[in-house]
This record gives sequence, C-alpha cells and structure tokens, in this order.
Amino acid sequence: MADVTIPVSAPPVHADEALVGPSGPRPRKVISRRNIILYGTLFVVAVYYLLPLYVMIVTSLKGMPEIRLGNIFSPPVEITFQPWVKAWAEACTGLNCEGLSRGFWNSVRITVPSVVLSIAIASVNGYALANWRFKGADVFFTILIFGAFIPYQVMLYPIVIMLREIGLYGGLYGLIIVHCIFGMPILTLLFRNYFTSLPEELFKAARVDGAGFWGIYFKIMLPMSLPIFVVAVILQVTGIWNDFLFGVVYTRPDYYPMTVQLNNIVNSVQGVKEYNVNMAATLLTGLVPLIVYFISGKLFVRGIAAGAVKG
Amino acid sequence: MMDTSNTPSVAVRGVSLNFGAVEVLKSLDLEVGRGEFLVLLGPSGCGKSTLLNCIAGLLDVSAGQIFINDRNVTWDEPKDRGIGMVFQSYALYPQMTVEGNLSFGLKNARLPKDEIERRIARAAEILQIEPLLKRKPSALSGGQRQRVAIGRALVRDVDVFLFDEPLSNLDAKLRSELRVEIKRLHQKLENTMIYVTHDQIEAMTLADRIAVMRGGIIQQLDTPQAIYSRPVNRFVAGFIGSPGMNFIEGECVADGASAVFEANGVKVPLDRYEFAGGARTGKAVFGVRPEHVMLGDGAGAMPFQSDLTIEIVEPMGSDSLVWGKFGGQNLSFRIDAERAVAKGDVVRIGFDPGRASIFDAGTGERI
Amino acid sequence: MHEARRPNPLFRNLSAKIAAIPMILTALVVFAGGTIWTIIYSFTNSRLLPRENFVGLDQYERLWSSSKWIISIQNLLIYGVCLLVFSLVVGFLLAALLDQKIRFENTFRTIFLYPFALSFIVTGLVWQWILNPQFGVEGIVRSLGWTSFSFDPLYNADIVIYGILIAALWQSTGLIMCLMLAGLRGIDEDIWKAARVDGIPMWKTYAFIVIPMMRPVFITTLVIIASGIVKVYDLVVAQTGGGPGIASEVPAKYVYDAMFLSQNLGQGFAASTMMLLTVLIVLIPWAYLEFGGKKRG
Repeated sequence: MADVTIPVSAPPVHADEALVGPSGPRPRKVISRRNIILYGTLFVVAVYYLLPLYVMIVTSLKGMPEIRLGNIFSPPVEITFQPWVKAWAEACTGLNCEGLSRGFWNSVRITVPSVVLSIAIASVNGYALANWRFKGADVFFTILIFGAFIPYQVMLYPIVIMLREIGLYGGLYGLIIVHCIFGMPILTLLFRNYFTSLPEELFKAARVDGAGFWGIYFKIMLPMSLPIFVVAVILQVTGIWNDFLFGVVYTRPDYYPMTVQLNNIVNSVQGVKEYNVNMAATLLTGLVPLIVYFISGKLFVRGIAAGAVKG
Repeated sequence: MMDTSNTPSVAVRGVSLNFGAVEVLKSLDLEVGRGEFLVLLGPSGCGKSTLLNCIAGLLDVSAGQIFINDRNVTWDEPKDRGIGMVFQSYALYPQMTVEGNLSFGLKNARLPKDEIERRIARAAEILQIEPLLKRKPSALSGGQRQRVAIGRALVRDVDVFLFDEPLSNLDAKLRSELRVEIKRLHQKLENTMIYVTHDQIEAMTLADRIAVMRGGIIQQLDTPQAIYSRPVNRFVAGFIGSPGMNFIEGECVADGASAVFEANGVKVPLDRYEFAGGARTGKAVFGVRPEHVMLGDGAGAMPFQSDLTIEIVEPMGSDSLVWGKFGGQNLSFRIDAERAVAKGDVVRIGFDPGRASIFDAGTGERI
Repeated sequence: MHEARRPNPLFRNLSAKIAAIPMILTALVVFAGGTIWTIIYSFTNSRLLPRENFVGLDQYERLWSSSKWIISIQNLLIYGVCLLVFSLVVGFLLAALLDQKIRFENTFRTIFLYPFALSFIVTGLVWQWILNPQFGVEGIVRSLGWTSFSFDPLYNADIVIYGILIAALWQSTGLIMCLMLAGLRGIDEDIWKAARVDGIPMWKTYAFIVIPMMRPVFITTLVIIASGIVKVYDLVVAQTGGGPGIASEVPAKYVYDAMFLSQNLGQGFAASTMMLLTVLIVLIPWAYLEFGGKKRG
C-alpha cells in the first residue's frame, strides 16, 4: 500500500493543453456506411408498407376511364369524390343498393355494446381471479386460455345451436354474445395480470376497512385501472370491427357487419368491376381501426404486447 | 516493483457530458494514480456511474479528454482502452458456461488458445472459481456470479479495473465478505481500480482516496480519513458517517479576543477550532459527530461540557444511540450499550470543538 | 363452541363466484362442451342438421380422399412454414434495426404496425387490386417495356398461395417486430456494455448472446403465429375466394363451406376436428415446456 502513488493535486486544464489530441465527442459522420444501410433499409421497407395505403387512396380518387388507362401507382389527374359517395350510399350487394352505410351502422350497433359488455365481464372476471381466488378458479381459467388457441371452426356450429335455442341466431344480439365469448380469454388474461400487478396491500387495506367484492372493485380497482381499460377498448374496437367470420356465420344479410358487406360488394360477380368504388369502400371499412390506431399510438402497442406476449 | 513515475494511470481532463439540455457532468478534472483504489461516492443521480461509463468509453463525452496510461483514449472503443469492467447486474452471458464467459472476449481478440487457457486458469485460481468453470451462470449464487464477473475483467489482463456498484445486488452479509475480497484482490494485483458506489462504508473501507460527487461535480477528493474528519461542506459531512453528523444551527460571534459559537444561549468556545480562512462571525452550522460526544467520566476530559436531558434511547447492540436537546436542537451521541440511561435522565456530556466542523449557513462551505 | 356456526365452504367468496359465472359458462359450456360436441358429431353422417347416426371414421376417410381438403392442407403447410420463417426473420431484423437508437423510431414503428390494425378483408382486397395482372404490378412492369414479365399469383394456380402470403406478411410482420422489439428492450443494458468492453462485434453479440437470451420471446411468438396460421380464412375469402378453381383453399374455408354452403355438417365437423388436432400438436409441447417445466425447476 505504501507504494501507491497519489497525485499531489489534479492540475487544472489549461486551454492550450486541452487542444492536444482527441477531445470531446467521437467524430461521427452523418453519412456513414452504417447509416446509409440502416436508414436505407428502413426507408425501403417503410415504402413497401405504405404502398398499399397509397394505392387505395389514389385509386379511390380516380375516375374509371383514368384507371383503365393509367397505372395503379400514378396519382389521380382529376380528383373525384364520386367513388366515395357511391361506395357509401349506392354500391350494390345482390339486389340491395344502399351502399356500405348500412354495414357501417350495423358494425357500430355490434361493436359498441360488444366492447362495453365484453370488457365489463372480463374485468370483473380478471378481478375475481386476481384477488378473490376460489377453489377451481384456476381450472376454469386454464380452459378459457386454451380456448383462445382452439380454432374457432370447432365451436362454430355448437354456438349456432345454442343461439338458435335461445332465439338469438341471425340477429345482432346473438353476434354481440359471440364477441363477448371469444373476447373473454384474452381480456380476462389482460385484466387478471393487471390487477395482480397492483399492490396487494391496497386490496387488504380495503378489506380491513370493511369493503366487499363490489365495493373494492368500483371504489379502488376501477379508478386505478383506467390505462388498462383504454388498452382493452382499443383491442376490442379494432378486433370486433375487423371481424368477418362471426359476422358471416351468425347474422342474416340485413345485419351483416361492414367487413362482410365490403367483401360482398367487391367480390360480387355481377356487373362491371368499379375498382375506384371498391377501393373507396375498402378504405371506408379500414378507416375506423386506422383512426383508433393512429390516435392511440403507444397504447395500441402496449395492448398487443400485453395481450400477446403473456398469452 | 511498481511503476513509481508520477504520471497518473487514469486522467480525466475537463470532461463534460450533456444529455440534451441536462448537464450530467460539469467540466470534471480527476487524476487516479497507478495502483490507486479510487472510489466515486455519491447519491443516485450524482453522475458517478456516468463518469465511470465515460472512462470506459461506453458513453461519449461532450467535451474534454480522457487519458489512460498516458494515452489519449477519448475516441477509442472500450475494448482498446486497456480496461476491464464489472457491472452491478453481473451482465454474464446466460447461455454460456463460466469458462465461455471468461473466454468469449479473448477468442474474439484472436488470442492463441494456450494463452486463453493460461489466463482463465490464473483468474479461476485467484478468484477460487475453478470448480464452477463448467457451470452456467443460472446455476451460481449471487456471490459466485459476481466473482465470475470480476474474472471476466481479470482475464483481459489490463491495468485499470472499473467497478460499477458491483455489490449492490447482494445481501448485507455477502456484501461485506466480497468487500474484503475485492480489497485483497487489489492488494494482490496492485492495479488501478475505480469503484462506483453509493455505500459510504464500502467507500471508507476500500478506498485509497474517495471522490464525493453531487450534481455532476466532485465535491471533495481526499483520503477517507480526511473526508471523515474535515469535510469541505455540509453535504459531504452529512453523506459520510453513520449515524449522521449532528448539525446545530446558530451563530459565530466574537467574545473578546476569541471566537464562540452560540445557539439559543449555549456557547461553545472555538479556541481549539482551526478556521479554514481565519475566524469569522455570522450565521453558521456547527457539526459534531455522534461518536465524538462523550458522556459521564469521558465528558470530564473534554474541553467543552454541558448538561443534557435524555429524550430517546435507541439500543443497537454494540452501543446505543441517545437523543437529547442541545441549544434547542436535536443532538445524538453514542454510548456504551451496557450503560444504563433512561428517558428523562439529566447527564453531563462533553466534546472537543477542535474535532468539529463549522459550515457557513448560507453556502454550506466549511469555514 | 367456536365451530358452532362454521360457514358452508360453498358460500365463501360467494360474490366472486357469482361474478365468475360468465367465465365458467364460457369455459365449460362453449369451449369445452362445444369442442367435445363437435368431435362427437364428426363421427356421424349429419348433413343439413346434426344427427346421431354414427358411422365411425367414414367422414375422415372421405375428408382425406377429397382433393379440396388435400390442397387445403398443402396450402396451409406452405403458407404456414413460409409465414413462420419470413415473419420471424423479417420481424426480428426490423426490430434490431429499430433498436439501434435511430431517429424517427416512432414514425417507422407506426408505419410498420398499421397494417395490423386493419381487417384481413381490407388487406386481402388491397392486395387483390395491387396484384391485378391488368392494372397492377404485372401491367406496370410490362408497360415499362418488359413485355414478357409475368407476376400474376392470384390467377396462377401454382403460385396463388404465395400471393396470399405476401398480403399476410404485409399485415402481420409489424406485430412480430413489436414483440421482438419488446424482447430486445428487455435485455439488460449491462450485457451490451459488457460485450462492448469485451470487444465483441455487434452481429456476434446478437447471434451468440442476445438471440439465445430471447428464446422465451421467440417461442411465445412462434405459438402466436402458429395459432394464427391455422385460423387463416378471411384473407383467402377476400383475396381469391379460394380460386382460381380450388387452388387457394385452406382448412378453415373448407370447414365453413362444408357446414354452411354445401350442407355437409359431418364433413365440417371432421375437418374442424383435424384443425383442432393440428393446433394441439403445436400447443401441447409448448404448454408442457412453458408450464410443466416451471413446476419442476
């Protein structure tokens, strides 16, 4: 230890001394090979991802003669909103020529109650599983989670029978119930994990204070869980709006949701194909989830990360 | 024999680091001698780990230079700086065995196979991890993992070791064990070590010198003893020592020819106190360490004595911490645990004002 | 004395049990009950309505001798393997690129992920339009002078499944990228620092340290992709309708067609039971690894 040499004092830096040799941050070229490869790749991939959206938009703003002449990537020479009007109000599926508006309102009437109901049920379920463990709860929960992986096709027909028995097959209410059922596994998992992550002392303190099952849920858990509810709403709105299979199986044509109607309009074999109207209709259908996505931003990512990684 | 030339092993010259508008390091100067054990000590967010990362080259400095062994390494990659580093979270590669962890960097540097084996064998012997070489990190205890992490720095055969809070993830008992081992390692290897911690006991026990940092600035750089007995400001005084120093607010006044510290009528003569720049008057804070306050017979030998009513007794086993009022303010001191005192007792205490510290009430600087 | 009025254990936590009734009903009646019901009725010769006329493995024999089903399975295999490989590789590469502390990270991530917010129907229809041989990619390349250029996956039975694959990759790679990015962000920062001090090149750090550390993320992602692959239905319906001919049929579509179009319930039940079997083959080893392993170690 005696050998240790300790500098007597740290001499202050003189201005001229600081100039000798490398000083300050490492010099970085903005246009380095690494950056060109990195940003170049990202840019090319971004173009690939944006292209379909761009094609949808420009096609929907062109007239049919222009589409027949030009290519799908060229911007419209003459912008027309006629395809949008036609897609919304006049496009035909079979004999019905009311446009997509009917499907839109059907989807609204399906999505809103389904989202509210499925989240209400799943949040209470998740809360019961997280804080009020009862015997057998884990067994039911395991079956539920396995259910999320079972192909829907296996359960399609039994549910048809069940809905027919209670007289809801073909209408909106039946479809709402179906959405609640199939939304349950992922949402219950989402809420259970969230409630489990809250400090348990809070729940214990409330119990000591004499609050019961519903009291704790409404007065303690709900106010603390706003973010996870927003995540659940995002998940469900996009999921239910985008559904096709359940819509086509469980509703009559009068109640078809927007996706089913869109597919029927575009893929109908009758008449001349109006690509601009088709693309306007496609965009209209994609608009609701896209708006939800762009507004919610990070929460959307959090939703799929929470839902998917732990699933 | 050690290199006795007076050039520093690591020199930090005017280093600043900004993250956007936030200044994390403010034009720091620091020289670490060859074979020195330097501890960077401070509360979280003081910039101590940031400084260490700058020395390692893991962070780019915004201004200034870093020299290691007289070589300007400011723009060098970490691997070319001649350093080894040990992290708080061990940062072992979990899919590789202990041997793989030790050899991965060396293999990448294309060292000959027998040289790699020789170095691993040496490190394993020094750290006594030979039986663990074929195991994976997940099969090791926290203390063993930290040893392997040190081993990874050891095999690099470098002059400078950097430790980033290496013991913070361990429990108290293991921490004190490994602390001794690190000290032993340093005495054996005799290389330069820079060690970051927020634990003042680690700092006091390990360091040749301590740099106490706050707000990106080195507050005091000195030997542990000097920092303990002559802290340069109130922050350093409060940060070092456990239980913490007592601070009595009052005033320095002139009493005839001599200076006196006065708080609510209690007068402490300052004849024995060495003022930093001559005696001063004005508002001040009087700092005295709990272990320097004596009770009973011990108090009789002290230059300053006073009576005090005991308010709280905290037994700690080896000794007890006693609280009372002095000059209307809280004062704590240590007594032998065997000594029977109780709340309400009036006792005689005494201390040596020459061992106290007095700070300016406004700036907090030692006066 | 103390035990005079011990409450019935059935009524403990009564509110919680009542609240869990929807979950219990769904789990038992719909998921477990429905699945068992379908499996049982796959052994009957039900046509328009379910009948309890058991015919053994007849439906399965007919299923496996149907060319439509064979093509469906082939398509699912090609589609599944390609989607798995490409989405994992591309998703990981994109995540690794985004993890380089780049500028505009949020913008890029938003762009890569937005297709995931869309319906498969929308995706299918857009790509149907882009791959349109007359006006789409093929038409444009030809109009640029390369008249023999041929890229019409949706009208060529041999490659139609790859046309669907392009659309599926476009929609789902963003999700994989997000999962991978979350995994990369979960890696201890000190590991990267240690590798830099050790002088290990970046690609080696990824290959030998980071990717092995992300094994759980890869496995989970694999299960998510796999369970999505088996369900593929809407995309095919929108993009090709199963055509040209039956060249792009998939099992999920086979089930729907049998049950609701050709009034051949028994075939639908048998086909869906086969789908369930496929999923179980993937799921059971994973569940064993994921949950069984934890209990032991």
